[in-house]
Amino acid sequence: MKPSAFQYERPNDLHAALGLLASGDDTQILAGGQSLVPMMNYRLAQPARLVDINQLSELNYIREDGDVIAIGALARHAAIKSSPLILEHLPIMAEAYDWIAHAAVRNRGTLCGNLCHADAASEMPAIMQILEADLVLSKVGSSRTVPARDFFIGIYETVITADEMLTEVRIPKPLPGTGWGFEEVAMRRGDYAWCTIVATLQIEDGKITAPRIAMAGVETSAARLTAAEDAIVCQTPGAALFVQVADAAAQAADPADSATGNAAYKRDLVRALLPRVLNVAVSRAG
Amino acid sequence: MTKVSIEVNVNGRTRHATVPPRMLLSDFIRHELSLPGTHVGCEHGVCGSCNVVVDGRAVRSCLMFAVQAEGAEITTVEGLAQGDDLHPIQQAFWEEHGLQCGFCTPGMLATAQELLAQNPDPSDDEIREAISGNLCRCTGYEFIISAIRSAAAKLRERESETTLQPV
Ligand SMILES: Cc1cc2nc3c(=O)[nH]c(=O)nc-3n(C[C@H](O)[C@H](O)[C@H](O)COP(=O)(O)OP(=O)(O)OC[C@H]3O[C@@H](n4cnc5c(N)ncnc54)[C@H](O)[C@@H]3O)c2cc1C
Ligand code: FES
Ligand code: FES
Repeated sequence: MKPSAFQYERPNDLHAALGLLASGDDTQILAGGQSLVPMMNYRLAQPARLVDINQLSELNYIREDGDVIAIGALARHAAIKSSPLILEHLPIMAEAYDWIAHAAVRNRGTLCGNLCHADAASEMPAIMQILEADLVLSKVGSSRTVPARDFFIGIYETVITADEMLTEVRIPKPLPGTGWGFEEVAMRRGDYAWCTIVATLQIEDGKITAPRIAMAGVETSAARLTAAEDAIVCQTPGAALFVQVADAAAQAADPADSATGNAAYKRDLVRALLPRVLNVAVSRAG
Repeated sequence: MTKVSIEVNVNGRTRHATVPPRMLLSDFIRHELSLPGTHVGCEHGVCGSCNVVVDGRAVRSCLMFAVQAEGAEITTVEGLAQGDDLHPIQQAFWEEHGLQCGFCTPGMLATAQELLAQNPDPSDDEIREAISGNLCRCTGYEFIISAIRSAAAKLRERESETTLQPV
């Protein structure tokens, strides 16, 4: 199908873009368009007005800001995937991008658009939560910073309001020696996740410290697995522990039957992937 | 809704048009510019048959609005051959049987063009990864992979001929 008619605005700077968001109802931001335009072609979305932010070159950056990697709203998946800063400090993101869409989609799609779209089966919402990223939401005259853990509400739903733009994602550089793991099962690489589990942790004196684990694709939005984190903190890594933790996480998960698998299958995926992720993270820590 | 004037360079030619904002770039290329080589399969980003090269990068033309192409340089399949001489990538697809019905081919060529510009000697795995966003219902992909491998060799050869001038 074809999208329904809309009014098109193409501001040249952030100030003008925020002004447009503040005025007028039923306005949506057009970033990479790789989620919004399919929804418009299906007529699942029929916004009256689009504010195209592709001219805001001031937001096209991936930069080091002290202990933080800052990623602007116009940084595209492809640029992030191959960024030397990301490869050095946040290799988990580069690995995850192998599983997110395809080259032509990554050439246009943005990280910020991906987070705002908040698909339940999207990988980056889980990764931003374990990296403890802060999301900067700007509107005319003010901005607020929301931790990634508090940003996602449910399917396609976040705390962002109609007059706000996610202008920057701020990701603290992980401490030296942080181990990380990423595991996904999907129909094919590049498709949305049936189940993704991600983790970071450190090992001190043979014990796990600062474990952070998150899951996507199983419940209505990506979330931290805090019970699993509590169960492994200060413990010696080991197969029996990880199997036990994975069993508990699978029991606790609340998957809906969906086109990508029934609830029992999703629980099996959690049970299978969680120990793998933890083993890989432990092997990389040190 | 208010129409918008745009200027786009397509296959080396500057084109001016006035388009409604909701017009997809794919429809603009096919219907307004009468370049029907760009194919439309799914119109929601999944099949890759509408891929074209915009400012050096392969993109889904069904997921861009024509108004967004203002000032861009676009190459469609019609821009590849020079007169009667096929582009080396097209020649390789022909020789290696990289197409049957040809529906996916323009998108595959755009994808291959970007890949080979960035990576002149890709491994088979890299070729597979690059075309993972392009669906083909006919060939089983193996012939497409051979075609891209062969195209890479042709382009490298052409490159060395133009850079190594005889003394
Ligand atoms: C074939 C295909 C496969 C895909 N596979 C995956 C996958 O495996 N995993 C995955 O995670 N994604 C996948 N995607 C989606 C892709 O990652 C998108 O790029 C991403 O979800 C949206 O980013 P965008 O920049 O394209 O946003 P847009 O489509 O432009 O916008 C998406 C939504 O976010 C809003 N928005 C955009 N930017 C901002 C901002 N800065 N502030 C506030 N609101 C904003 C828009 O108004 C809109 O509601 C796939 C897409 C396609 C077409
Ligand atoms: S028609 Fe554009 S991706 Fe299928
Ligand atoms: S040749 Fe028929 S779809 Fe690829």
